[in-house]
Amino acid sequence: MSSQNLKKTDMIFGLCHTTDVEHLLPGGVCKTNEEKFVVLEEVIKKDPQDIIDDIIESGLKGRGGAGFPTGLKWKFASLSPEKEKYVICNADEGEPGTFKDRDILLKVPAKVFAGMTMCGYCINAKKGYLYLRGEYKFMLPELRKVLDSFHEVIKKIGYDFHIDILLGSGAYVCGEETALMESMEGHRGEARNKPPYPTVEGFRNKPTVINNVETFVNVTMIQKFGVAEFKKLGTQDSRGSKVFSVSGDTPKPGVYELELGMKLSDFVDEYGDGDTKAVQVGGASGFCVPRKKFNETIIGFEGIPTGGSMMLFNSSRSMYNVLTNYLEFFAEESCGQCTPCRVGCQQLIRGIRAVKCGQKSPDYLDALLKLTASMKLTAKCGLGQSVANSFSSIVSNFTEEMIY
Amino acid sequence: MKEMINLKIDDINVSVEAGTTILEAAKKANVRIPTLCYHPDLCIAGNCRICMVEVEGSLTLTAACAMPVSENMVIHTNSLKVRTARKHNIELLLSEHNSECTKCYKNGNCELQDLAAEYKITNETFIDLVPFHNYTIDHYSPAIIKDDSKCIRCQRCVRTCEELQSVSALGVAYKGEHMKISTFMEKSMFDVVCTNCGQCVNRCPVGALVEKNYIDQVWDAIYDPSKHVVLQTAPAVRIALGEDLGYDPGEIVTGKMVAAIKKLGIDSVLDTDFTADLTIMEEGTELLTRLKKALVDKDSSVALPMMTSCSPGWIKFIEHQFPQLLPNLSTCKSPQQMFGALAKTYYAQKRNIDPADIVSVSVMPCTAKKFEADRPEMRSSGYKDVDYVLTTRELAVMIKQAGIDFESLKEEKYDSIMGQSTGAAVIFGATGGVMEAALRTAYELVTGREVPFDGLNITPVRGMEGVKEASVKIEGTLPEWKFLEGAILNTAIAHGLVNAKKVMELVDSGKANYHFIEIMACPGGCLGGGGQPIPTNMEIRMKRNKAIYQEDAGMPIRKSHENPEIALIYKEFLEKPLGHTSHKLLHTTYIDRTK
Ligand SMILES: Cc1cc2nc3c(=O)[nH]c(=O)nc-3n(C[C@H](O)[C@H](O)[C@H](O)COP(=O)(O)O)c2cc1C
Ligand code: SF4
Ligand code: SF4
Ligand code: SF4
Ligand code: SF4
Ligand code: FES
Repeated sequence: MSSQNLKKTDMIFGLCHTTDVEHLLPGGVCKTNEEKFVVLEEVIKKDPQDIIDDIIESGLKGRGGAGFPTGLKWKFASLSPEKEKYVICNADEGEPGTFKDRDILLKVPAKVFAGMTMCGYCINAKKGYLYLRGEYKFMLPELRKVLDSFHEVIKKIGYDFHIDILLGSGAYVCGEETALMESMEGHRGEARNKPPYPTVEGFRNKPTVINNVETFVNVTMIQKFGVAEFKKLGTQDSRGSKVFSVSGDTPKPGVYELELGMKLSDFVDEYGDGDTKAVQVGGASGFCVPRKKFNETIIGFEGIPTGGSMMLFNSSRSMYNVLTNYLEFFAEESCGQCTPCRVGCQQLIRGIRAVKCGQKSPDYLDALLKLTASMKLTAKCGLGQSVANSFSSIVSNFTEEMIY
Repeated sequence: MKEMINLKIDDINVSVEAGTTILEAAKKANVRIPTLCYHPDLCIAGNCRICMVEVEGSLTLTAACAMPVSENMVIHTNSLKVRTARKHNIELLLSEHNSECTKCYKNGNCELQDLAAEYKITNETFIDLVPFHNYTIDHYSPAIIKDDSKCIRCQRCVRTCEELQSVSALGVAYKGEHMKISTFMEKSMFDVVCTNCGQCVNRCPVGALVEKNYIDQVWDAIYDPSKHVVLQTAPAVRIALGEDLGYDPGEIVTGKMVAAIKKLGIDSVLDTDFTADLTIMEEGTELLTRLKKALVDKDSSVALPMMTSCSPGWIKFIEHQFPQLLPNLSTCKSPQQMFGALAKTYYAQKRNIDPADIVSVSVMPCTAKKFEADRPEMRSSGYKDVDYVLTTRELAVMIKQAGIDFESLKEEKYDSIMGQSTGAAVIFGATGGVMEAALRTAYELVTGREVPFDGLNITPVRGMEGVKEASVKIEGTLPEWKFLEGAILNTAIAHGLVNAKKVMELVDSGKANYHFIEIMACPGGCLGGGGQPIPTNMEIRMKRNKAIYQEDAGMPIRKSHENPEIALIYKEFLEKPLGHTSHKLLHTTYIDRTK
């Protein structure tokens, strides 16, 4: 019973579905779709500034979670006169319940590489890195094959850009852009102070653009179809389509590309099992929406943004257990450097346990909610700042489950 | 000139240079923002999240230590949001912390305790997490105790050890709730590359890294009527001790210090400066001998440049990191150890005391000296040459324990023998000081004339630059030193092991043309030692430095070879520099610690 509000799209996975090198012809043409790499060839004839303006105009926002306008990010990096600059593709994909970048890299890696190359062209960087989640090591041989042909292709069109693939260390925090750069530099994965922002001082302290896998694909597609076509999808605040990782209590878990700005109720109608009591939007660091709010919740930057994870829970699930799992994840995966995150997570876990077993009165939940507010205000990076999201949305919407 | 930025902090208009942090700008506006992980000597970590302030227009609070100012910023340092969040973070730190202040060595000098007091944290909002952590205490080193149950993970120690000392003995291990400060394979500090320099101890805001103290042992010796307790004080103690007793940095308290130590009941208060002068005689002669062997005898096996050996942190560093350069080290013991060996031989003989009854105590600006005194080589008197090493801080504690009103004390003089010293010895406490003292003596020895610097002040070797170089042309030599006529003596001076490492890399690569190198493990030299009063930072080091050269300028004798007690000890006991007795008591050997 597909709703008219829920539109399946084919922007990301469409066209060249294959990774097969056979399909990459000299000159960069995809056999199954003649135009695919021609895009890149045309792009590097344009004025970088025009491309950046296109992307700003498209309204594309980062797909890694934070939703920063991609065009602006590129613009900042392009402004620096620095000779050495970098492009990084964040494929660390560590958010629980997120596995969409995996699919993108398996199915359309060349679009990712093309987007990175366009970025390099726009900001004047000669080097790109794909920071690949450690668990995705199995993809390496295939990715390298595609990358080799890709390198040949851009050489043939007379452009100089080189991409390397690095394997992540397995820590969730290394998906945070500055921790990722620390890790790439061989240091411990700890978030840096911002500013300086990566566009000013990123990898090796040089201007760096870091984007999510899907963001780069979107750039490629904007160049392919044009801004206007892209803007037809989504809403004022959330342009384009989004790839979602659907999991939990659903009859059809998997990766789906949907137009942004949908109503959560429509989504649940399509993917729920008929007994959905809550949806965790955006993974452990996202928000939990209870059934009564499905109707009023928009999935997008004007409502609840998500890096892609949509986890459905039916009435058999204990939200207390769900929250405890998340908190254990954070307590384990925090880099541990800053006080609110390292100690705050420990307090939240022990705190809700103490309430559950009656060692602390239910009032203590209020003290913990206040604590999460401070964590959000003072944690050094997005990890610690976003613990409050799941905590407060689960605790305030499912208070009884926390106490009894 | 740099661009100026205008902003408003708590309704005060401030104008500061671009690049200034909010924390620094606030200081300028006389607004104090509390900090924990911030230390002016170190790079910004921004991890304690205590210095949070509210910047109008920002969704989150901002760490003042890590945020540069920008034009028209409006900042509130004391809003409800700030106050609540700061208090939360203090409470969180305390919940993870073994808060047993009354039983803690840092009680009374602890930044966490100060914050808790300031915020009047009286109720326990949060759950005590200490039982959930397997905190351990490392007592194994003779110099430093590491108590993880007190650690607030500010990483000051890690940054110190890496940025200032390039040792990286301490690092961060594990993540999340298990994150801790650790050593290689979680071994004891005693079993790793740690140099015992104590720079981390000096910067630890809490009681997680402290010196191993020997206060009770020294009291016991004082109270034991069968023991004769001799105590030596290092040059850098007299210009810093005052800081722990209510004086401003840079105050010279030599006379009062001597008086106070006598009041403690020490039998003889003597001066490490005496053996600093002796070091100059021995080390200067050693250098000239090496130069002669190299230049006259064309002996290519002579290790040059020669390097000073009076900083035990530096010794352990080179033993770990550059063992191939050990032959370049002077064989001279540090002044502390020379003193210890003489206390139980020469001094014992002169005073007619059985050396077995002598307890030899030293007060040092240094924690590495505690380790040094324990080295098995340091027993050439037939006894442990130095029984107990106290830091400047421990001496201050003893003075307070004894109820002495330091300020009202009348100044007293060191006892004799081995209590006389010179300006040359005092400046051992500052970076460049050993070099300057050595040049004052060696130049005169070789030419019969004073060093060609105004008022004996060899200014090129002074100051806080990390690596200094100076060359002295030797002219008009006495006949026996003819081979040095016209020679240019190239010297280098480094302080802080990160700078020592730079110089050693140069030497090791054969690119350096130095003859003599002075290295001090601690930033600023001993005046910035790990055992000095807390806080120590650049501003304070500069003040102590000034005091040291002031003390030198005020001394009647300013050249080591003119110290009458030095002449006497050579006449009565040692015969001559590098002589047989010297060799036995004043020189030592080193260990390749990579094996
Ligand atoms: C703890 C943490 C983990 C993150 N993990 C990822 C990740 O796996 N992939 C990703 O693209 N962005 C991740 N991010 C977001 C990045 O920091 C960064 O915002 C993003 O890569 C920017 O790309 P975008 O603008 O294209 O979204 C993470 C952020 C935090 C705080
Ligand atoms: S918020 Fe958490 S993950 Fe981020 S820097 Fe702080 S401790 Fe590390
Ligand atoms: S480290 Fe500080 S706060 Fe902790 S017990 Fe010691 S004095 Fe108290
Ligand atoms: S004593 Fe010195 S070398 Fe040892 S850990 Fe501390 S700073 Fe590093
Ligand atoms: S040992 Fe001290 S300096 Fe090091 S992290 Fe812990 S509290 Fe900070
Ligand atoms: S002092 Fe600023 S975060 Fe610690």
